[in-house]
Amino acid sequence: MTHRATHYLRRFLAVALIALGLVAPASAQLRVRVDQGNFTPTPIAIPDFQVTGANSDLAKQIVEVVRADLASTGLFDLQNPASFIQRDLSINAEPRFADWKIIRTEGLVVGTFEELPDGKVAVSFRLWDIYGGELMRINGEPGRRLTTTPENWRRIAHKIADSIYTRLTGEDPYFDTRIVYIAETGPKTERVKRLAIMDSDGANQQYLTSGRSTVLTPRFSPSAQEITYMSYEGGKPRVYLFNIETGRQELLGNFPGMTFSPRFTRDGQSVLLSQAQRGNTDIYIMNLRTRESDRLTDHPSIDTSPSMSPDGKSVVFNSDRGGTPQLYIMNTDKSKRTCPGGGSDVACRITFGKGRYSTPVWSPRGDLIAFTKQEGGKFYVGVIGIDGKGERLLTEAYLDEGPDWSPNGRVIVYFREARPGASPQLFSVDLSGRNERRLVTQTDASDPAWSPLLQ
Amino acid sequence: MHTFLKVTAAAALLATGACASKPKPVEEAAPVAETPVVKEEVKTVDTTPVVTSSIAPGSLEDFRVNVGERVYFDLDQYRLDTEDQDILKRQAAWLASYPNIRILIAGNADERGTREYNLALGERRANAVKEYLVSLGVAASRVDTVSYGKERPVVAGSDDQSWALNRNGWTQIVSGATS
Repeated sequence: MTHRATHYLRRFLAVALIALGLVAPASAQLRVRVDQGNFTPTPIAIPDFQVTGANSDLAKQIVEVVRADLASTGLFDLQNPASFIQRDLSINAEPRFADWKIIRTEGLVVGTFEELPDGKVAVSFRLWDIYGGELMRINGEPGRRLTTTPENWRRIAHKIADSIYTRLTGEDPYFDTRIVYIAETGPKTERVKRLAIMDSDGANQQYLTSGRSTVLTPRFSPSAQEITYMSYEGGKPRVYLFNIETGRQELLGNFPGMTFSPRFTRDGQSVLLSQAQRGNTDIYIMNLRTRESDRLTDHPSIDTSPSMSPDGKSVVFNSDRGGTPQLYIMNTDKSKRTCPGGGSDVACRITFGKGRYSTPVWSPRGDLIAFTKQEGGKFYVGVIGIDGKGERLLTEAYLDEGPDWSPNGRVIVYFREARPGASPQLFSVDLSGRNERRLVTQTDASDPAWSPLLQ
Repeated sequence: MHTFLKVTAAAALLATGACASKPKPVEEAAPVAETPVVKEEVKTVDTTPVVTSSIAPGSLEDFRVNVGERVYFDLDQYRLDTEDQDILKRQAAWLASYPNIRILIAGNADERGTREYNLALGERRANAVKEYLVSLGVAASRVDTVSYGKERPVVAGSDDQSWALNRNGWTQIVSGATS
């Protein structure tokens, strides 16, 4: 059955059920499915907002960012404004549904932009379900009104896009976020690597370090205010904290050996990291308040790349204790756990497919682990259940490495070297494996990490 | 097969290394010396002494050319084979002659692994080199190690020979050498 036919059937059934008094009318509303198999993007229309005041350029730019955010999901077909029939929309009036049905619009966003006397700007919008013929309330309200300083206009745009995305898909928002990464320049044998940050859509790219020292593997704190990363500052590879607001860098801990592969715990109270000493790498957890560290693994193999479950009870990591790099899960309290393959152990292996698995990252939803897989001369980014079942490879290239999750667990960002000798670039892909897209950066880029939703 | 690769790889490396850091040997300039434009260059080259005779004992050059500064590892391995051990025996003997010299051993990995695992692997390799040198009598206090993982390839290529060159333990003189 086609998407269109499904759509009409869904509407018919909804209307019939409402007529029978079986379901509340709310269930008839437009709903965009993120996981359906035979996929067609949903047509939505976002006309330019009505402007009160002089700054119509800013109003246009905001609408363009909202459109771009929604289009970037691959879930929506942003309709061409030139094709719109109704030109006299008002935020306070119902749209002429028939006009929008002619061009097959399913969702319509109507907005206003005002310059306020105090110099701030305010944006209001409402979302209409054209085929349902009704307003889609947002958090119980008829619409949303957002106010900020003009410089902050991009965040307003991302918040509007987040509201629309969440209202239509039921998924948590993720546009009003940032991505930290490593900006790379120079020849391969003398690479300069700098900490860099940008908005989730690639805007506002900034460098956070000078490039004097090689820096690697940045990751956000749950507050999005701090980054933990590894730096060769002073010639010694060690884990640091970077405060985004103050620019202050701080060495983390007083470990005798090299420290690397840092990642905040979900509560932001601690950092998981690896220490290598005398040829052996193990995993530690350091409490950021007391600065005391606890050793989580004690094994002669390489144990690295730890990532904690959202409930804080478990840690997934990479170990070659079985001969090749594979993924293992342990309890944070180091007690034995029941392994998926039977039996119990302190660390349970969850990958048994062909190839080498590394860089595990626990999904914010808790049910999946994203990883890098290396097999037969190719690299893949994939996901696997925490029980070791349901492995799915989402991407494939000469080098695809280092996945991280959008805060809603829906999109994965990673870096790619498309061919031998190609320079690294950032990409994202939907959890379904659809919608692989390049995130354009000013320089070559690697090691992307996604922030939580900004406050 | 592997030993052959190592030998050719090491030879290629020495050759490129020499071109990058030293004046070219006189013979190389000869074929182009007939054209007037290049003649002046030849003169310049003539004034430099022949490289092999200019190496001061105990110098960085001495260590690099006459001892060997790198050992090469098999894929995913940190084991030292007899060829690696021979190089490290020469390093240990040389270090015994120059007791003020301090060294830094860098462990390196090829690009066909993920970043964090390769950092751990590089540390393992650097440590394997250090432990072997210490077992031959080099004081552990003279030896530091660092892992660069896949961050500092010796050569930029993406092929088997380049990867073999980039899987290495590199003994670098930090201080105490004669100049």
